[in-house]
Amino acid sequence: MSTQLDLVPVKPTTAIVGEASPRKSGRAVWFRLLANDRVAACAAVVLALVLLTALFGPMLIGNVATSIDLDNSNQAPFTLAHGWANVLGTDPLGRSMLARLIVASRTTLSVAIPAVVISAVIGSLIGMWAGFYRGWRETVAMRVADVIMSFPSLLLAVVVLYVFSPSAANIVAVLALTRIPVYLRTARAESAELQSRLFVDAARTFGASAPSIITRHVLPIVLPTLLTVATLDFCYVMLAESSLSFLGIGIQPPDVSWGLMVAQGRTYLNSAWWLSFFPGLAIVITTVSATILAAWARIATDPGQRWRLTVPQKRLSRFTKTGKAL
Amino acid sequence: MSDQLLQVRDLRKTFRVPGSKTGLTALDGITLDVGRGETLGLVGESGCGKSTLARTLMMLERPDSGSVTFDGIDPFSLRGKDLLKFRRRVQMVFQDPYASLNSRMSAGDLISEPWRTHKTLYASRSARETRVRELLDLVGLGAKAADKYPQEFSGGQRQRIGIARALALNPDVVICDEPVSALDLSVQAQVLNLLNDLQKELGIAYVFISHDLSVVRHVADRVAVMYLGRIIESGPTEAVFQSPSHPYTAALMSAAPKLDAAHRGERILLKGEVPSPLNPPSGCRFRTRCWKATDICAAERPPLAVDPHSATHGAECHHPLVGEPALSASA
Amino acid sequence: MTAVAEHSSADVVDADPALQVEGLTVDIRTISGTVRAVNDVSFEARRGETLALLGESGCGKSMTATALVGLLEPVAEVTAGSAKLTGRDGVADLLAVDRKTRRRLAGTELAIVFQDALTALNPLYTVGTQLAEPFQIHHGMKSKEAKAKAVELMARVGIPQPETRLNSYPHQFSGGMRQRLLIAMAVALNPRVLIADEPTTALDVTVQAQIMELLRGLRSEYDMAVVLITHDLALVAEEADRVAVMYAGNIVETGLVSEVFANPRHPYTKGLLDSVPVNAVRGEELKSIGGAPPDLHSIPQGCAYQARCPLAQDVCRTTRPTLNPVGSRHQSACHFPQEVVNV
Repeated sequence: MSTQLDLVPVKPTTAIVGEASPRKSGRAVWFRLLANDRVAACAAVVLALVLLTALFGPMLIGNVATSIDLDNSNQAPFTLAHGWANVLGTDPLGRSMLARLIVASRTTLSVAIPAVVISAVIGSLIGMWAGFYRGWRETVAMRVADVIMSFPSLLLAVVVLYVFSPSAANIVAVLALTRIPVYLRTARAESAELQSRLFVDAARTFGASAPSIITRHVLPIVLPTLLTVATLDFCYVMLAESSLSFLGIGIQPPDVSWGLMVAQGRTYLNSAWWLSFFPGLAIVITTVSATILAAWARIATDPGQRWRLTVPQKRLSRFTKTGKAL
Repeated sequence: MSDQLLQVRDLRKTFRVPGSKTGLTALDGITLDVGRGETLGLVGESGCGKSTLARTLMMLERPDSGSVTFDGIDPFSLRGKDLLKFRRRVQMVFQDPYASLNSRMSAGDLISEPWRTHKTLYASRSARETRVRELLDLVGLGAKAADKYPQEFSGGQRQRIGIARALALNPDVVICDEPVSALDLSVQAQVLNLLNDLQKELGIAYVFISHDLSVVRHVADRVAVMYLGRIIESGPTEAVFQSPSHPYTAALMSAAPKLDAAHRGERILLKGEVPSPLNPPSGCRFRTRCWKATDICAAERPPLAVDPHSATHGAECHHPLVGEPALSASA
Repeated sequence: MTAVAEHSSADVVDADPALQVEGLTVDIRTISGTVRAVNDVSFEARRGETLALLGESGCGKSMTATALVGLLEPVAEVTAGSAKLTGRDGVADLLAVDRKTRRRLAGTELAIVFQDALTALNPLYTVGTQLAEPFQIHHGMKSKEAKAKAVELMARVGIPQPETRLNSYPHQFSGGMRQRLLIAMAVALNPRVLIADEPTTALDVTVQAQIMELLRGLRSEYDMAVVLITHDLALVAEEADRVAVMYAGNIVETGLVSEVFANPRHPYTKGLLDSVPVNAVRGEELKSIGGAPPDLHSIPQGCAYQARCPLAQDVCRTTRPTLNPVGSRHQSACHFPQEVVNV
């Protein structure tokens, strides 16, 4: 009996020879896929910068964000006349916009990220369980998701936060609750499809219990989709938090978030436009980058679509499926 | 017979189909025997029920009626720990080497997966690793394959992983559901040789399901031909192939293209296609396509006609082909 | 109802080939580099004859077909070669025509039947609409006329009660019937060349026999050149007149089926013939080809088959063999064609 190991999966009818390559280190392939899509690569860099700012920024700037300097109130941006810290202007209390943006990034992300993580974990677990078993479990889970979804989420948040005080923890909790159905439905759909697959049947034939099958087989396959959904959801949650802060029931002063900064700058829109503009810009840049990265991830994690990231962009744009350029 | 490892008697299974009163009868009274260490070939075209039969024998489906006796035990009456222990004795090799292996698990993980449920078999980690290496050697892949992922293997090698996984629990019977259909010809021969060697070495019985007659003829001791949920002919392989009693068997053998011109006889072309299992014909199910059909075929279920030359060779037919010249002469 | 499977392999007609492919080369761009899926492939298809492209998965036979009809995936590209199609209006090079000409040739001179009928038919349109389409496009017929033609066509390919089934949808037909529909669409406009890419692989063997009989009948009725792409040796033995055996993107042996199968002159062909469990004794080992199918990313220098070949010598590792005559109309790409008999 031969012990040769070749490295080609020979699928009966496939033209995508790309899948046949030997398994390079996972990282190398991903970096190449990312590098091929320049826009997505930029988006990834931007998000990385935002994350780093949120993590290390506040430490580096010390208390520049909170030092009130009434002589310098409402200074215009783009001049270094008032010191490097005020290059993006100052707010009515003379605090540096740049410094406040940096501190606000931490608050914004520390609300958005936990909310996404909590809703993702709870929603996915329930969804996978419901989808795997089908039957009444599936029906109940879907109806619960429907109920949550039928409430306008922002309205629900307003009510909850008005009744309970608007602390950061409460905001995270209510945002997480309203986002659970998204993960639940996605996870359920994937799980329901996977549970009929052959390798799951194989696991059943040696008597594996349902929870172990879910952990071993369903979860690793559903994970990429859920991560893509989570990236998009991150945008939504960030915007939701910004809206809540704008309405005054989100982050309360002296804490600062981008949404709150936008709200606080509202009354100065005519005179000091930079007060609302820069935090708004920060929100836009972050959400757009996350959306672009999510679109890239959707293609990159799908082995059937991955080829789009290997064809040079110029050639790709000339193609439709039928009108192949000769 | 007590030396029969697996005895199936009058197995029936109907699936409910929305919109249909009768439902889909996948198994309509299946009776068969598998002896220790022997290979039973199961032949049939799509819709005949062989997949359902395989799944029922693997206890992935519960039959509506009929009995399955495995070494004297009725597996469907077992519960809990006893059921779990029983599952070790019957394992399956699946058709699709791509879909039956989770591509995110390494070969070693895949082969040792059954032991995560049957923890007592190889209790220590080193025992498991040793056994994985032994199994990989047994199927001709070599111990180094344990860390590689399915994408790094060809179809034939993936099937070997599937076979190693099926052997992990030391079963007595392995049900092979079209194990070589998705493989290239050159690889097919390797895998068939492997299955043959394993049977000689380990004494496993096989239920070998295939639509490829030449493969079945090579591997099986006995053959059963299925059509629309019933076994319409069964017997020793050579008896069935050389002198098929049932017209369907004859047509099947004649339809398969043959490499050697000497083996080609007059080709029988059947009329039409397989009737829908939702609405099978009355009496003999094959009568709508059979050139020998008469009135009695529509009225009554055909009885078992036994071949005078071979007591274990029988076909369910009102007008069996006994005594007529063989339609596919063998070398 | 019986029919005899016969084709006269001795009947060699020396007509002008309807399709002449020379030096076809297809490259595929992958994440880890460019891969040559089809390498310098040349063959001819004559009217009234069936040429089989025989090989296992990954040998490039399907890619050759898709390249000829212009349906290559975006990552694949024809980098060399010509494919001269002799049609009613003269000769055209399929790989060099513009889109307009290609549209004109599609269906009228060159047609293709795919393996999976369910995905090749549009599930949203009735069968009648889809069958009438070629007539409306190329012959400018009105809908009613075209539908009448469609009924005729359905009857010809053996679909019962065609008038009523005109308004059925593809999913309402069985697998064999759908394949007949695909064949009907392909032959609707009497093409000179019909390419059948694994037309019966997904079908039951009794249905396969019916479909192949249908193709045979249509071939003689329309005097078509049929290019049959398959991995099934027995099917080639029964249905094809000539065969081109492919391995790793190259044609390794070509000639009359009767000649090639009786006297294979390439170790791969011989290995394939030996692997078929035909006369094998129950319980004995089957002769199998060692090793595994080739990785197109790393084809070695010299002969692509060297890793699995029992006859491999030094020259095989350095020089790639080209097709050389080894008999009457029989060519083999091997350095030691005479030794094959001893394998």
